[in-house]
Amino acid sequence: MSERIIEFENVVAGYTPSLTILNGTTFDARKGEITLLIGPNGAGKSTVLKTLFGMLVPRTGDVRFEGRRVNGHSQRDLLALGMAYVPQGRNLFASLSVRHNLELGGIALPRHALAPRIDEVLARFPRIRERIDNQASTLSGGEQKQLEVGRALLLRPRVLLIDEPSIGLSPKLVQDVMALLRELADQGVTVLMVEQNVRTALKYADRALVLEMGRLALDRPAHALLGDPDLNRLFLGGHVDGRAVTSTTPAGGGSAV
Amino acid sequence: MNASSSTVIARPRRPAVPRSRTRLALAAIVVIAFALLPLGLKSYGTYLCSLFCVYLMATFGLNLTIGYAGQMSLGQAAFLGIGAYIAAIGMKAGLPFFAMLPLAALACFAIGLALGFPALRVQHHYLAFATLGFNVLVFLVLRNEEAITGGTFGIRGIPRPSLFGLSLERDLPYFWFTLASTLLLIALLGWLLRSPWGRAFAALRDNPIRAESLGVNITAYTLLAFAIGACCAGIAGAYFASLVGFIDPAPFNFTASLLMLLGVIVGGAGRFLGPVVGTVIIVLLPEWLRFMQNWYLAAFGVAVIALMVWLPGGLLSLPERLASRRIGALP
Repeated sequence: MSERIIEFENVVAGYTPSLTILNGTTFDARKGEITLLIGPNGAGKSTVLKTLFGMLVPRTGDVRFEGRRVNGHSQRDLLALGMAYVPQGRNLFASLSVRHNLELGGIALPRHALAPRIDEVLARFPRIRERIDNQASTLSGGEQKQLEVGRALLLRPRVLLIDEPSIGLSPKLVQDVMALLRELADQGVTVLMVEQNVRTALKYADRALVLEMGRLALDRPAHALLGDPDLNRLFLGGHVDGRAVTSTTPAGGGSAV
Repeated sequence: MNASSSTVIARPRRPAVPRSRTRLALAAIVVIAFALLPLGLKSYGTYLCSLFCVYLMATFGLNLTIGYAGQMSLGQAAFLGIGAYIAAIGMKAGLPFFAMLPLAALACFAIGLALGFPALRVQHHYLAFATLGFNVLVFLVLRNEEAITGGTFGIRGIPRPSLFGLSLERDLPYFWFTLASTLLLIALLGWLLRSPWGRAFAALRDNPIRAESLGVNITAYTLLAFAIGACCAGIAGAYFASLVGFIDPAPFNFTASLLMLLGVIVGGAGRFLGPVVGTVIIVLLPEWLRFMQNWYLAAFGVAVIALMVWLPGGLLSLPERLASRRIGALP
């Protein structure tokens, strides 16, 4: 088993004192893998990413990044530690040019280091290079997503958190985004992804974690879950009890939690 | 993901900060024409040109706070007043203008930094009221602390500086001095807004949560947006004190802040040259409308309402609006 990069241990977190979303969530994500978080609406998938990235402070429990407890760390600290976050939806600064959007991704870098990093990112995204002086709002949906991911890669993160990357993209572009994430993972970047487009995402992911009511309900290899006839039920919020897990656990492993 | 797989569609290129030699040449012609304009004007005309420059410094600062960083402020006149009083009190005590100018700028920077703290907790109209309250507070201090500020009697006999032994006492040299200083300040702000700081301000305005997730220090940039805007007004205040020679609290009340806000919005908030157009509207247009005698303020009000209805993005958004109409994007 590869090295554990991210660990959640009995994390309780929410947006207000009366609104608890994560109810003792426990899971881990491993180095160089794409870990896919799935579950019904309100299960706490995006909240996991926000808690991990310091946007929410856990009330109890531990969040660890490469073995270091990072509860309540600021987003800038986490970026410096090697974590990057691409939130859901459109995240570009529409009034700025493509280049300036990229530069913002490296605002924490010393000036002399910024230009080579931008070149490095542009080498990966030739289409973005062509549009470098255009206003970001003129990019297509797929180009915008490329730019968002490219901007997140500017700090060479070891962990990439990405929330619903397929929203608003055509099926072809979704495949392109997933292939990019797979390529990053194969190069050693740990990807933790929330995605509603489950069947496509499972084809590229290594592991799938099913969240239900803020708790981990199932931890399975992605390929095993992809072949599971109960996938839709699990994703839409079907209860995962002992019997259901027995019927869906493949020979390859995985466990109900 | 390989972008080459995407369909290539030709789109209009629109750099975020367009700069061209033509524009620079045009700007140089306008500046030279404006510099020579008072040669054909009487004393009051020269005074208005200097006043235009003073307000330009303050509205450029306010444009950074509001237009670029997206922080509402109704307290710019208070900083103009603080700068003016610091310069006036110092110069009356015999200190040189060039010692009081950085002091006024630094004091306003520090107070602006402090005024930025409410912006970390509240936004929009709540922040507007917080800054409005600050303006009222400063006005009351200027009016009531008579021992220091002269109260409603104000401070008289504020001298004008001399530069390298050259007296700026006369209107025309003082105008050129103020114009040169304004251009220097505008150039500095232009450099700042084209630097990574400018991008961080824009990110703060467009989406502070996303900006923070990229490592932009939201707290620092919010405070700096207020501090730099206030600093510009403080500098303007020092020039204002020397220009008018007499200051009392009246020009620094809440109405003046509203007028400056109007200047920024009418010109085009977040557009670099928006304050130039806006300041023409708030300083020079009322004077041009004086031929209407008792009706000039009413005409000014109607003109502003019409502008806001037809061009909510400010006067500088006119070319874009016309272009949108041409392609049928607007009714």
